[in-house]
Amino acid sequence: MTKLRYFAWVRERVGKPEEDVDLPAHVLTAGELMTWLSGRGEEYANAFTNPKIIRVAIDRSHVQPDASVAGASEIAFFPPMTGG
Amino acid sequence: MIVPTTVRLQREPFDVAAEAAKLSRGRADVGAVVTFTGICRGNEEGEPIAALTLEHYPGMAEAEIEHHVAEAIERWPLTGVTVIHRYGHIAPGEDIVMVVTTSAHRQAAFAAAEFLMDYLKTRAPFWKQVETTSGKTWVDAKATDDTAAERWRRP
Repeated sequence: MTKLRYFAWVRERVGKPEEDVDLPAHVLTAGELMTWLSGRGEEYANAFTNPKIIRVAIDRSHVQPDASVAGASEIAFFPPMTGG
Repeated sequence: MIVPTTVRLQREPFDVAAEAAKLSRGRADVGAVVTFTGICRGNEEGEPIAALTLEHYPGMAEAEIEHHVAEAIERWPLTGVTVIHRYGHIAPGEDIVMVVTTSAHRQAAFAAAEFLMDYLKTRAPFWKQVETTSGKTWVDAKATDDTAAERWRRP
């Protein structure tokens, strides 16, 4: 099981802050995971409609969409950051 | 020498003067203290705002700030660093974030404070939502913040 976490408007669109999922074997990268998620229902399609602007963190470190999800325990999706 | 560092996330307001004093009191090697405070404005792109809500990714936000504090200490001869970032509900006029850097001389303290703020804005997982009379909206990231962070990139 992998924990998926969503923040800010990604969380609002998906409709939940986190969930545990079994990643399908064909999902190898963070980008492929977004494609797979967007096929899970209207709320996911809406959240991941423009994957280019969504940032990904694997086990609390920023990664690029081509990063491998193998062995990840927590994968987070969020919009560009606006703190400070 | 171990450089004293503090990274803290909290809902409550903070006291910039008290935090700055902690890094210089009783020390004869600190010649410069730079403090930066980010404050919640009363309007966003011309529209008055009632409040801000700051969401963050607990665990990763601290780790990301700590990582950049460590980099600042490696790049400049600092004698102390404190970064405090608030989350939750923040009203116009209230403080959001503070950075204190201290050093023997001002250049290192100024540069490190600016470096930390530029990275904090683009890399630390925080998101601002503004509340106006027309509802709640998420603040868009600014390209100028990315440009500001880019200039610190080492070859």
